[in-house]
Amino acid sequence: MARRISTTHRVTATAAGWLVGFLIFFPILWMVLTSFKTELDAFSTPPQFLFFHWTTENYAIVQERSNYLHHAMNSIILAFGSTAVALVVAIPAAWSMAFAPTKRTRDTLLWMLSTKMMPPVGVLVPIYLLFRDGGLLDTHIGLIMVEFLANLPIVVWMLYTYFKEIPKDILEAARMDGATIGKELIFVLAPMAVPGIASTVLLNVILAWNEAFWTLNLTTVDAAPLTTFIASYSSPEGLFWAKLSAASTLAIAPILVLGWFSQKQLVRGLTFGAVK
Amino acid sequence: MATQQTRTLGRVLLAPSVILLFLWMIVPLGMTIWFSLLRYNLLDPGTESFVGLLNYQYFLTDPAFFAALANTLILVGSVLAITVIGGILIALLMDQPIFGRGIVRLMVIAPFFVMPTVSALVWKNLLMHPVSGLFAWVAGLLGLPAIDWFTNWPLLSIILIVAWQWLPFATLILLTALQSFDEEQKEAAEMDGTPAISFFFLLVLPHLARAITVVILIETIFLLSVFAEILVTTGGGPGLATTNIAFLVYAQALLQYDVGGASAGGIVAVVLANIVAIFLVRLVGKNLDA
Repeated sequence: MARRISTTHRVTATAAGWLVGFLIFFPILWMVLTSFKTELDAFSTPPQFLFFHWTTENYAIVQERSNYLHHAMNSIILAFGSTAVALVVAIPAAWSMAFAPTKRTRDTLLWMLSTKMMPPVGVLVPIYLLFRDGGLLDTHIGLIMVEFLANLPIVVWMLYTYFKEIPKDILEAARMDGATIGKELIFVLAPMAVPGIASTVLLNVILAWNEAFWTLNLTTVDAAPLTTFIASYSSPEGLFWAKLSAASTLAIAPILVLGWFSQKQLVRGLTFGAVK
Repeated sequence: MATQQTRTLGRVLLAPSVILLFLWMIVPLGMTIWFSLLRYNLLDPGTESFVGLLNYQYFLTDPAFFAALANTLILVGSVLAITVIGGILIALLMDQPIFGRGIVRLMVIAPFFVMPTVSALVWKNLLMHPVSGLFAWVAGLLGLPAIDWFTNWPLLSIILIVAWQWLPFATLILLTALQSFDEEQKEAAEMDGTPAISFFFLLVLPHLARAITVVILIETIFLLSVFAEILVTTGGGPGLATTNIAFLVYAQALLQYDVGGASAGGIVAVVLANIVAIFLVRLVGKNLDA
């Protein structure tokens, strides 16, 4: 029996919901609006909401003066590079723990989780010195390594929870039918594992894209992704709000779109399966 | 039934992850512990000497440490309070029959996907600027004096920014938990005429207890390490007003080049985080058995 919901309830809830949603989203909306203003309009009091002189010059200037594309490329390389390496290492591990668990599987999983709890600042000094001595500061390879290791526990965990849901009976059925291990992998398991792997990739790319401790400390120019690039706008002489807004809008747009598709995976990935 | 063969295969498949994570954890951590026992300054290379626990003594008796510890606890505590209470309220609201709920939901979770450097700078300049910021304009409309956020309320400013980033996370998790709440129980309560307030405290809140615990533990882990937001807005200042432990260690290492002292600070940060981590690992472990 469906519950009856009064119209008043519906209207109040809708009004309150939209108001709260709008308030929370407002800083992002304001940033996007500001990115289309002239610097003069961006600073003006009272603020200009919609009826200002719309311009896209900020976007052109951001690319021209500060080589935005170079940093965007670095973000892509770091996010996808570290995710790819993590998958190669994590898929076999998650696979074996989900399909051939031993007495120690539980402890292994929890231990992996505990490595994620280590505050990065606890290992900042040695990592920085190792990178300096190894010539890895401000390089793609160095950053990919760090991001890969920092997120490996989450990747293993997420894959594990997805693989765990693949019914094992299917494997046995396939074996009964005389499928070899190779065929079993390609025709039976892979199709069932792909959605879980895709979700994991999505979440990990988002996390790596926004990671700002290691990127700020270990990159300056060559390998600097968008997090570091935006940080350069914090210097007093660089305070051009419209340009800051344009650069910021470009930096978050792709990941915002990906993020909106990943709500469910986010809950699962970040709570290590404790809330589904 | 796992045979000997599959067990060996399992170990081989697991090995790379375990070995890499082990190295990633143990090598730098071991180095940090070792450095923390040395007098070691990058400006003065070749003069390293073993000084025992002296760095810890300096670090733990430094007034800056207490300021940073207090700031860390205030930051973590305030953000937790705002995000958990706000998250519960917003989740309850989102669970109502809202027209266009999908879109509202998207707007609510959006801040979580904004990189820390962007949210910090957008808030600091576009919203909190004492003259041209939007908050100053709103204050003016209400006939209030504009607040110079980062001069007069630096830590509060950081707290607001970080809370804005984490509110969606709390909301999303609590909403997920709320949606698994038994529809029949809701109906029964409604028929009994249970007042909404007691319905919330007697039935809904206990149901959310577990999700709330998860939110608190996970947020704490991340909030103990807040760094980028401080670096790009205040640089830890004015004075030490917004220096947390993570930022203090960074400043000691990469601004003062005091490797020994910074390492001691890093170990203190690890110990702090571990206190929280133990509870989280236990909780997740329990769930794994269920």
